[in-house]
Amino acid sequence: MASHYEAPIRKPLVTGGKSYHDVSVDIVNAVEGKANKQWWIVFSIALIMFLWGIGCIIYTISTGIGAWGLNKTVGWAWDITNFVWWVGIGHAGTLISAVLLLFRQKWRMAINRSAEAMTIFSVIQAGLFPIIHMGRPWLAFWTLPIPNAYGSLWVNFNSPLLWDVFAISTYLSVSLVFWWTGLLPDFAMIRDRAVKPFQKKIYSLVSFGWSGRAKDWQRFEEVSLVLAGLATPLVLSVHTIVSFDFATSVIPGWHTTIFPPYFVAGAIFSGFAMVQTLLIVMRKVSNLENYITIQHIELMNIVIMITGCIVGCAYITELFIAWYSGVEYEQYAFLNRATGPYWWAYWSMMTCNVFSPQFMWVKKLRTSIVFSFVISIVVNIGMWFERFVIIVTSLHRDYLPSSWTMFSPTVFDIGIFLGTIGFFFVLFLLYSRTFPVIAQAEVKTILKTSGDNYKKMRDKNG
Amino acid sequence: MAEKILHAIYDDDDKLLAAVKKIKEAKIDIEEVYTPFPVHGLDKVLGLKETRLAITAFIYGCIGFSFAIWMMNHIMILDWPQNIGGKPSFSFIENMPSFVPIMFELTVFFAAHLMVITFYLRSKLWPFKEAENPIPSTTDDKFLIEIKFDGSEKEIKKLIKETDVLEIKLHSNKKNDND
Repeated sequence: MASHYEAPIRKPLVTGGKSYHDVSVDIVNAVEGKANKQWWIVFSIALIMFLWGIGCIIYTISTGIGAWGLNKTVGWAWDITNFVWWVGIGHAGTLISAVLLLFRQKWRMAINRSAEAMTIFSVIQAGLFPIIHMGRPWLAFWTLPIPNAYGSLWVNFNSPLLWDVFAISTYLSVSLVFWWTGLLPDFAMIRDRAVKPFQKKIYSLVSFGWSGRAKDWQRFEEVSLVLAGLATPLVLSVHTIVSFDFATSVIPGWHTTIFPPYFVAGAIFSGFAMVQTLLIVMRKVSNLENYITIQHIELMNIVIMITGCIVGCAYITELFIAWYSGVEYEQYAFLNRATGPYWWAYWSMMTCNVFSPQFMWVKKLRTSIVFSFVISIVVNIGMWFERFVIIVTSLHRDYLPSSWTMFSPTVFDIGIFLGTIGFFFVLFLLYSRTFPVIAQAEVKTILKTSGDNYKKMRDKNG
Repeated sequence: MAEKILHAIYDDDDKLLAAVKKIKEAKIDIEEVYTPFPVHGLDKVLGLKETRLAITAFIYGCIGFSFAIWMMNHIMILDWPQNIGGKPSFSFIENMPSFVPIMFELTVFFAAHLMVITFYLRSKLWPFKEAENPIPSTTDDKFLIEIKFDGSEKEIKKLIKETDVLEIKLHSNKKNDND
């Protein structure tokens, strides 16, 4: 037992006195059991939203982008807002699994699998928006660096939009591979327990014949570590590049050097909020309270609080620099944001993102499940408003006052956004019924250091 | 080829480590160890060489980095130079700052994917591959040491029984089509 020592000050991360076998059973339960009524209700709602979204996408593509509320002044609005919002949400997964792995944070193990799933599903939603906005999505392959069959023109590597293509496809594919590699031993566990032949076949297929040899595990750990090392700068680069879409332009309100760190902090902030939203529900529905404990929720709340403060600091820095720069267009852009016709969006953003996470300083509130859930939703709404504020308020009053205008979304703007929310939840709900939602092999490695039964045993015997 | 296979099954990682140490000290070759999760220190006790996957990742990353430079130089400077927003396109080095994001992304892309592919190939992991763990519970909570040997099992059995073993199984190594 001595080799499994952990400082007594650390709280247990697995409660309920679990053994190795209990961990397997608890995690496989959601896969082997039947879905309950609530699952079917939520799944049906999500599916209807998804189908509604598909309808709106089909209408938009067959009619043209004119179906949206864009006009000649506000040429980017909900589509890019939603794109950045989804990409941002997609950041927590890799942050949890990669950055927290490098920092050897054991609490990541209960939440990394679902956070990575969330990452992949939300990056898929994000990718839809630029592709639809192309108007002719069947030509999306023109963004690839291939010699063009319609005239020998190449893609433009000076454009941040092309950097986005590379950044997001690298991020999506590397996250997918990272996730799947981690899943192999857990799929193998389900495979080796499965009694139904069809289930056995499927899990054999997806577990790639994982057998758990000593050498495989040695390689597995090395690959996880190196992938974490690669994914850490990758995750920072992706939102940096997303922010370049704005920062490299010459629009007042976009053209700021603070954007990369500000966007990355915002992405972590919104990503953790979404993880919190999903996991608070999942731990209840799938009976995983012993693995995703109050301790996990509290730690995530602390990350939300800190990144919320960073984001707040960035908002204030932006205002200060706009004034300090002495550039009147820049000054006007920010004055207009806070006091112009979109003041309500700006102050919703401020309230949701800067003020609401401050409640997390109070221990009682950050360990309250209901309160954490509410704040996580508030933060998600606030981060959507942040992107809306950045994009629309910077555009709607440009250099020519005669073209000043407002943006109002059409039913198709709203429908596609709701559709992606539906699609996201369809994917996540299917995942929660078929995948091992907790990295059980990893949890088993920390059971002896961080399980409550082992901790008690050590306290007793020294 | 050895005639007999012995499977010693343990129910705890610490017991397994102690047993592996003991078997190694008795100079008996361990064919394979199957565990449900990475047991820390097992590779050292078994005397496994360090994996070189990290080195391959570095090499793949260098390939990706070079590929990115070659590709963008070919496309933007050599094949079709254009004046885009006044950004200089006459030489690679002048245009280079715009290429940094994609140089980075392709480095990561190559390093990550090729390393994982190498891992899958080296550890023989791919769809439709049959699992090879001798008993299914080694992916749940059992740890298994596999020893192949010729001759009498008495001594080995005696040694294993001294460890905190749960179960010992003996198989004769029949030649079959899979071998």
